[in-house]
Amino acid sequence: MAYVQGQTGEWEMVIGLEVHAQVTSNAKLFSGAATEFGAAPNAQVSLVDAAFPGMLPVINGKCVEQAVRTGLGLQAEINLVSVFDRKNYFYADLPPGYQISQYKNPIVGKGEIVLDLADGTSRTIGITRLHLEQDAGKSMHDQSPNETYVDLNRAGVALMEIVSEPDMRSGEEAGAYLKKLRAIMRYLGTCDGNMEEGSMRCDVNLSMRRKGDTKLGTRCEIKNVNSIRFVQQAIEFESHRQVELLEGGNVVKQETRLWDTTKGETRAMRSKEEAHDYRYFPDPDLLPLKLDQKWVNDIKMTLPELPDQKKDRFIRDYGLKSYDAMVLVAERASADFFEAVAKGRDGKLAANWVTGEFFGALNKLGKTVNDSPVSAQALGELVDLISNQTISNRIAKDVFEAMLETGKGAAALVEEKGLRQVTDLGSIEKSIDEILTAHADKVAEYKSGKDKLFGFFVGQVMKTTGGKANPAVLNELLKKKLNS
Amino acid sequence: MSDLTDISVTEALVGLAGKKFSAVELAKAHIAAMESARALNAFITETPKLAMKQAIESDARRAAGRAGAMDGIPLGIKDLYCTKDVRTTAASHILGEFTPTYESTVTQKLFDAGCVMLGKTNLDEFAMGSSNITSYFGPAISPWSGKDPVKANRKLVPGGSSGGSSAAVAGRFAMAATGTDTGGSIRQPASFTGIVGMKPTYGRCSRWGIVAFASSLDQAGPMTRTVADAALMLRVMAGFDSKDSTSVDQAVPDFVTALGTSIKGMKIGIPREYRIDGISAEIDNLWQKGAAMLRDAGAEIVEISLPHTKYSLAVYYIIAPAEASSNLARYDGVRYGLRVPGENLINMYENTRAEGFGKEVRRRILIGTYVLSAGYYDAYYLKAQKVRRCIRNDFEEAFKKCDAILTPTAPSTAFAIGEKQDDPIQMYLNDVFTVPLNLVGLPGISVPVGLGSDGLPLGLQLIGRAFDEMTLFKAASALEKAANFNHKPPFMAGT
Repeated sequence: MAYVQGQTGEWEMVIGLEVHAQVTSNAKLFSGAATEFGAAPNAQVSLVDAAFPGMLPVINGKCVEQAVRTGLGLQAEINLVSVFDRKNYFYADLPPGYQISQYKNPIVGKGEIVLDLADGTSRTIGITRLHLEQDAGKSMHDQSPNETYVDLNRAGVALMEIVSEPDMRSGEEAGAYLKKLRAIMRYLGTCDGNMEEGSMRCDVNLSMRRKGDTKLGTRCEIKNVNSIRFVQQAIEFESHRQVELLEGGNVVKQETRLWDTTKGETRAMRSKEEAHDYRYFPDPDLLPLKLDQKWVNDIKMTLPELPDQKKDRFIRDYGLKSYDAMVLVAERASADFFEAVAKGRDGKLAANWVTGEFFGALNKLGKTVNDSPVSAQALGELVDLISNQTISNRIAKDVFEAMLETGKGAAALVEEKGLRQVTDLGSIEKSIDEILTAHADKVAEYKSGKDKLFGFFVGQVMKTTGGKANPAVLNELLKKKLNS
Repeated sequence: MSDLTDISVTEALVGLAGKKFSAVELAKAHIAAMESARALNAFITETPKLAMKQAIESDARRAAGRAGAMDGIPLGIKDLYCTKDVRTTAASHILGEFTPTYESTVTQKLFDAGCVMLGKTNLDEFAMGSSNITSYFGPAISPWSGKDPVKANRKLVPGGSSGGSSAAVAGRFAMAATGTDTGGSIRQPASFTGIVGMKPTYGRCSRWGIVAFASSLDQAGPMTRTVADAALMLRVMAGFDSKDSTSVDQAVPDFVTALGTSIKGMKIGIPREYRIDGISAEIDNLWQKGAAMLRDAGAEIVEISLPHTKYSLAVYYIIAPAEASSNLARYDGVRYGLRVPGENLINMYENTRAEGFGKEVRRRILIGTYVLSAGYYDAYYLKAQKVRRCIRNDFEEAFKKCDAILTPTAPSTAFAIGEKQDDPIQMYLNDVFTVPLNLVGLPGISVPVGLGSDGLPLGLQLIGRAFDEMTLFKAASALEKAANFNHKPPFMAGT
């Protein structure tokens, strides 16, 4: 738990997040219009989305299924009866003048998410609810000097609003929560979690209290923070702002604030008094949504293995360390890649290579597992060469570099470059003898107690063998010679 | 008036089938009648060209042996139904020249059955009214005129909100018409003009493509000169529609088969609470007369109780405006219809909606916004929904004792344009007998039974169980036969 150090003492953050996750589906929540990202403005708008007279919403069963899947993935209660309400407000990108949402009776109730923190500990964060609602369109203020343009492609797209309990205590936890939630939804295939394209957006609720206090302070809501990094920056800024206010004898006003990415600060948008009166009431165009328990059970049967389960299995079946397992399961693609590499091989070695060299290379190249230049099969081949002692781990790193550059297979590169490891005792012994003779002074020093020189001899031998000497064999022989 | 305009739909179909006349002749006669009746302002938009085109196609279909259930029948379509390529106004200025690119499900069904559209009929703005006075296009006028000295020299309302439809059907310049009924908008104008008006069970007809007033109450229905015509036309209009989540997947029976069958042993309930204060002796007498007619036809009259009925109007005037305030939010000047520019978005909304909506619509939007507001929601909207549940229970109990319920349709005969206009409450009282059905979704039909002392028509309402329109048509047909209402309005188009 990270506390904020103020002038007068330590302060604790209390953070709750509201995430708007776009449901993966090929049609909108209440219309048949397409939902693909990047279409020409107003190319994906039905008469329902544009709220033409006499148009009526019809629920898209696929979106309901996705919400239930997500609920099940969050270990949450599924409400067999839920109600769609109208949230009434006027805006140009909200054609009907109301958003269809779920207010009092959401489709999913209480659930939880387990966070794996960097220090190896884990924390359980409560999910308050998940409900289905429509997205609004997009107002574009930069197309004309005196008019606003409206793109309704997004209007009516299905969102899941996922509300957490105020259980988080640091920006790190908030970040871990978002990553975990995103991973779960990606595993489930219910939301692509792409924050840049706006398919996952986050509002942060934050209040501060003195360390040890149990009463909640007054909170501010920071709207539409659209990356995990910004969420953490906004929390950092806002927590200090509130502490300064409180320590200065002022009060925090309950208000909605906006995260300004360029200035790196939060700014007041509207106060509680200016808050809209949304005049929620049940949408009379829609009947209450009733689900069959058997249908829910059937969906449950089709859930994939989720990150937590996968992590446990990796630890159990491959003997991985908790941290490595956590890193690998964070993205389904990484986990799948790892399993393909580890299949029939040394799991720990495979994990080291995937999380180490492989992720490092992807990072450097700005690529993802899915468009990686090295396939799982190719990396597996490299791991095989290490396991059967054809090459050393160190040589393997060079081979991997070459694989990245040339796209050639590991075995082919080893043959081509003559990197096969030398395990021939005679040849290694010969090299050792040469080195020991050449550095008789150092041998004497070693023998008089300067143990650290052992590494020096290893290095020298490796140098003469071009790094190909089998390290285990070399170590053993060298020790024998020096101690004789 | 030509003979062709004074016959019923059922008679016309016989004539068409027997080649006594063609759909084109029928359409021409009605177009001529419609043009001669312009003084009644029953149509907002006339579509004679479309009617002729449809009539020609109808004749071709009939010649090819492919005639639909209502092939060649010229109809008035309430201007709340969106009609493809024909301006749709909801009698409001705010829709401007709005011309839908789509056809409402119900009008599509009518056209698929071969109907011919004469034009779009007048109504109260957004169907909010009981007089057709609130139309932006001016009031529709009843073809009736009263004998009493006050009413004799004044123009009478045709009822509302489906006033253009009732005027056109009663005045013989549409053979039948569509209406919509949110609180009595089909039945009350039917009663005022001496025709039959049927509001089916909520969910029976699709609402898709009908401009919404109050979603949980709105229902489409036929307005005709005979019960048989209503049965025929409802069968065409009704049916499940996957585009309307509140439409109900129930088989649509052939209602016509119910007509003229015996009602012997049928139990007709008379709700004692409907003897509201101030009910006129005339209405009360007519009601008793209607009960006697049904008894004579073999029905058993039983007294029933609907104790929460007295709250119906209060509940209605919370729920209907609440839903309307939200349903009408889409008329904002952004995408279609009227736009009155402003300095900024809020100004544009204000200017557009202030100019686009009439006084009654604005009043209801304000009431609806108020009852949904934070701090008032529980006291008004939520409570109204609870009382609505009580009213529903009343009907459920009542239908354990009877098969249909008989009540007056409206508390009076038609009033004159200008009357009751300064007092909205007086106006709202018009719907006292009709509103409870909308609140609980039950079907009701108004059948003309007699004339008041002022010489104006009066109807009685029969109420049925949900999706039991068959029983309702059976009883209505018996009542129609016994009442033998053959009075005609002084104004008949073309005479």
